[in-house]
Amino acid sequence: MADAALPLRAVESGGGLLRRLSDLLVTRPRLMLLVLLGPPLVWLGVVYLGALFALLLQSFFSIDEFSGLVRREFTLRTYGELLQPANLDIIIRTVTMAASVTLASAAIAFPIAYYAARYARGRWKALFYLAVMLPLWSSYLVRVYAWKLILAKEGIVTWIFAELHLTWLLDGILALPVIGGPSLSISYLGTFLVFLYIWLPFMILPIQAALERVPASLIEASGDLGATPRQAFATVILPLALPGVVAGSIFTFSLTLGDYIIPQIVGSSRLFIGQAVYTHQGTAGNIPLAAAFTVVPIVIMGFYLWGARKLGAFNAL
Amino acid sequence: MRSKSGASTTLKLAAAGGLLFLHLPLLLIFLYAFTTEEKSYQFPPPGLTLEWFAVAWGRADIWAALGLSLRVAAISTLIAMLLGTLAAGAVARSRFFGREAVSLLIILPIALPGIITGISLRAAFNLAEIPFSFWTIVLGHATFCVVVVYNNAVARLRRASGSLIEASMDLGADGFQTFRLVILPNLATALLAGGMLAFALSFDEVIVTTFTAGQQSTLPIWMLTELVRPRQRPVTNVVAVFVIAATFLPILAAYYLTREGQHAGGEGK
Repeated sequence: MADAALPLRAVESGGGLLRRLSDLLVTRPRLMLLVLLGPPLVWLGVVYLGALFALLLQSFFSIDEFSGLVRREFTLRTYGELLQPANLDIIIRTVTMAASVTLASAAIAFPIAYYAARYARGRWKALFYLAVMLPLWSSYLVRVYAWKLILAKEGIVTWIFAELHLTWLLDGILALPVIGGPSLSISYLGTFLVFLYIWLPFMILPIQAALERVPASLIEASGDLGATPRQAFATVILPLALPGVVAGSIFTFSLTLGDYIIPQIVGSSRLFIGQAVYTHQGTAGNIPLAAAFTVVPIVIMGFYLWGARKLGAFNAL
Repeated sequence: MRSKSGASTTLKLAAAGGLLFLHLPLLLIFLYAFTTEEKSYQFPPPGLTLEWFAVAWGRADIWAALGLSLRVAAISTLIAMLLGTLAAGAVARSRFFGREAVSLLIILPIALPGIITGISLRAAFNLAEIPFSFWTIVLGHATFCVVVVYNNAVARLRRASGSLIEASMDLGADGFQTFRLVILPNLATALLAGGMLAFALSFDEVIVTTFTAGQQSTLPIWMLTELVRPRQRPVTNVVAVFVIAATFLPILAAYYLTREGQHAGGEGK
């Protein structure tokens, strides 16, 4: 009782400045909210949205062909330039790559996620989780670099094919039009493999999360009602896992659209959107065109997210 | 979702193959850090040596880059922890107009490709005529690190029962006491885990950094320069091994810090 009286006295006497401040915040939730939200919103609003806006603004400027300086008046000329065949090529190439990477990673991720969600238990489950988490969060550049070692002409892939007496097969693959090249590290195929490798964990985790939420009773029920395992998979599990696949594809698609490091380190000299942005803002000094190029992934991802929302992918994130 | 029959062999093989695909390449980096061949990526390595660790140890440029990376990661993590916790406190506890927009705004810096964050910051620095410095790097890193801390904190706050806070207030604690004695102990491991992830994320970030660093080089920027114009390839491998260790350890720590919470939270799902 004596203990309870203490704070009571504090209230009666009005307490210190801190106490009054605290009372003010507790009794006025709106003020509390403002205090909590203020700093992060100011930071993200000013630093991030401000910067994003500054960038979008520049895409409506144009570059003076004679002086090479940015002319700060409103024009759609830069967007006209974006639609030239050479630039359209870059956009189509990047979107095609993003789509292939997304499809392939869904195919490879599904068995891993399925096993982790339905069969792995205890220690194994933790191990699976860590095995996916570690590469997701860490060492992006190191993991890209590893592929430069692997795909190099004198590297391990060539060596394995030679040991298996399959050099003819590797040469045959490299001789393929479009995806081939002088060596794996200078071909679309190489770029594709690295993209696939780097973004795979982003696909596994949402699929696993979606599969974990499928109740076991539902699968048992479908079995009791006479569905074969194959039918149960196709009509019960797959539709319920689809939002997870779509959620994962948001990452694989968006990350591939914007990456410029991977195609720079492993790939042919033909540009992707990220590289185009990088060269235009850097050596070429054409910030307006670089800005217009970044609008492409923003618009594509806008539509993508809108579609994903309709498929219920946000609940699977 | 336990199955009586167990997984089929095909599924096991596919899952194991996928995991090997994720991890074998990293082992190769370890191997190449010991190779005696410095001009190419020849496999198998002609010989093994420890020489490159000594060479890397003696390189001043590596130490400078490492120092910069550590300082940037530390400051960015602190800022992200502060901002992320505040935002989580607001979003987890109350419903207000624009709540969805706030969570979207926090997630946006990592949902949009890094190059967009990078080039927008650069364009803004240009317009505002801010010269590149240590702080321009921190500005970029803190922005995309907020979401990591926020995610961890919001998940924990949602699980913590509101009645605890009410009880503490009913027993006479003021808002600050409640925060210090009830909320913070509940939140501590989630915050620490978020901080660790933010640190790892910042420590090897390269895409945003290339746009905000100017002439300075963080460890990943140093590596990128070496990748484009290789000098002593095995030294790059030694640094790569170090980066793997420096980012794996905080992530492992973060996992163990939040693991218990996940089990407890799983009950109520």
